[in-house]
Amino acid sequence: MAILVDAGTRLVVQGLTGREGRFHALRNRDYGTNVVAGVTPGKAGQDVEGIPVFNTVASAVAETGANTSLIFVPARFAVDALYEAADAGIGVVVLITENIPVLDMTRAYNYIKAKGVALVGPNCPGVISPGKANVGIIPGEITHAGPVGLVSRSGTLTYQVMYEMAAAGVGQTTCVGIGGDPVVGSSFIDVLGRFQDDPETEAVVMIGEIGGDEEERAARFISERMDKPVVAYIAGFEAPPGKRMGHAGAIISGSSGTAQAKAEALEAAGVRVGRNPTEAAELAVAAVKDG
Amino acid sequence: MDLFEHQAKELFAKYGVAVPRGKVAWSPSEAEAAAAEIGGTVVVKAQVQIGGRGKAGGIQLAKDPAEARQQAERILGMDIRGHTVRRVLVEQASEIAAEYYVAILHDRASKGFLAMASAEGGVEIEQVAEENPEAIVKVLVNPLVGLRSYHVNQLVFGAGFDERARKGAAQLLARLYEVFVAADCMLVEVNPLVLTTDGQVIALDGKVSLDDSALERHPDLEELRDTFAVDPQEQAAKEKGLNYIKLDGYVGIIGNGAGLVMSTLDVVAQAGGKAANFLDIGGGASAETMAAGLEVILSDPKVRSVLVNIFGGITRGDLVAQGILDALDRLGDKVKVPLVVRLDGTNAEEGRALLAGSPSDKVVPAATMLDAARKAVELAGAGADTKAGA
Repeated sequence: MAILVDAGTRLVVQGLTGREGRFHALRNRDYGTNVVAGVTPGKAGQDVEGIPVFNTVASAVAETGANTSLIFVPARFAVDALYEAADAGIGVVVLITENIPVLDMTRAYNYIKAKGVALVGPNCPGVISPGKANVGIIPGEITHAGPVGLVSRSGTLTYQVMYEMAAAGVGQTTCVGIGGDPVVGSSFIDVLGRFQDDPETEAVVMIGEIGGDEEERAARFISERMDKPVVAYIAGFEAPPGKRMGHAGAIISGSSGTAQAKAEALEAAGVRVGRNPTEAAELAVAAVKDG
Repeated sequence: MDLFEHQAKELFAKYGVAVPRGKVAWSPSEAEAAAAEIGGTVVVKAQVQIGGRGKAGGIQLAKDPAEARQQAERILGMDIRGHTVRRVLVEQASEIAAEYYVAILHDRASKGFLAMASAEGGVEIEQVAEENPEAIVKVLVNPLVGLRSYHVNQLVFGAGFDERARKGAAQLLARLYEVFVAADCMLVEVNPLVLTTDGQVIALDGKVSLDDSALERHPDLEELRDTFAVDPQEQAAKEKGLNYIKLDGYVGIIGNGAGLVMSTLDVVAQAGGKAANFLDIGGGASAETMAAGLEVILSDPKVRSVLVNIFGGITRGDLVAQGILDALDRLGDKVKVPLVVRLDGTNAEEGRALLAGSPSDKVVPAATMLDAARKAVELAGAGADTKAGA
């Protein structure tokens, strides 16, 4: 088992004919993901190295049975692409695009949630279930299948921890990059809940960062609802208050949102928190090797 | 992006949110003229994007234009918690009967809008939240439904607004919501919202935080950005479209991905050093971005070593390596400090091979992130010694 994407994933790539869309869709296919279609309005009938292109998601679903969408279209069109995927009956959407206005995202989220669509992103690196499917931009070759679930607000930190775990011989069931925006489709607790319910996931590593109170809410969820071990890392201990540290969501306002407060909340919930990505990876490895 | 009070009020006025008559002034004589134009007693208010200006003496009454001039002379140039006052708002003084608080913002937890009201206005809302949380009424608003009159009723009745203020407050909230949506705000806040002795309900202060991701569709608002007080590196970075924040240390940091860069600052601190900056070259970063970033960092005289921390996802290691080489080429002799480079992920091996072939003696490879942090801190220390000895 794994969560969100697996061998049953039939992927349609919205924006397949764009530069980034093409590069990563082909990488995803090389990894073993079943990439069944692409969508670019006006380019139906063409193909990208054998992947058929359709004008609409609805026609791609009708022709290929796509059940998951990966969105690579520019910010101005990305929310439309999300609505289109939801209306076409896609169940899981991975939205890579960054700089989507929060207002548009908030409205779209409330619309697709009512349809039961699981959204990961925006502004995220995607989801990989090692050995089964890779949907997004995570470099698949740095990891392998294993018993640890990984959930993270940061792309490159995700890779960092995967890479260090791989060096210790431990892989993941699934790695989910939830994205760094203020409003994201899947929050920590959505993904933690899925890992708790996934029989193959034995432990979870969670990578947070400054800003908001997502990590604090995750801490409450972990103490109330999870019996699997969770370890964590929080980035941004050295971040000055009031500055937006790259991610739109990563800003410390007043005394709230600090890395210190988040680490303390998690530790109070029984989560072991590493001081840097290396320590977090070591804790994750220990959680499954000792258990 | 945060607006100054006077900008927020100009935006409010455009949507019919009641605000006092006022005018921004950049000099004492402008303040005097503004006071004369407004007439009667005015308030001269320091325009800074930080709280506590009242306590710092940044808000003063003036009964005539001459006094407005004097107050402006005192306030302009004042330092309020690290922010220099460069402009004041001269505004008609109000006779206050009651002070309230209202705000509308994006709520991460519910992924909707959150509207708030409190009868305890005029003090920092964080303080009310801590000391008397039940005094703040919170109403969640589904963004597909929008703020409706029943929400507004929950706010003004729930917070116990004075009967004389309810109608005006309700109308003001509805218009504030229009501002929130139309201008793509992350937050609109009025503290205090006042009931005047003659029964008017007006926004006496205004705080607006805009969604940076939506500024493209609001070119008029983008123009309001504060162009002062930007340090030379931050200015250069902005012109190059880089995501750079100046810090007060001496190890230059460049990396891809906000989380990784934040983490790099942390490991540098753990290794006993202090980061000089935050710089995220982002996903899909090219050789040009890398070179531009290095140029900005190396132009900071406080930088004694640079840590380049790259993990390739979208960003390809070979392109990053090429960027480093291009930057070294372009900068030539100006590169006086060592560059510790740690490269992993997509095309990392090709990247490392490119760097190994570089003729420059400034590039120091590092195997891991922690190793890179230790090396960068060590080399920064060595650089300092050399300088002291020279």
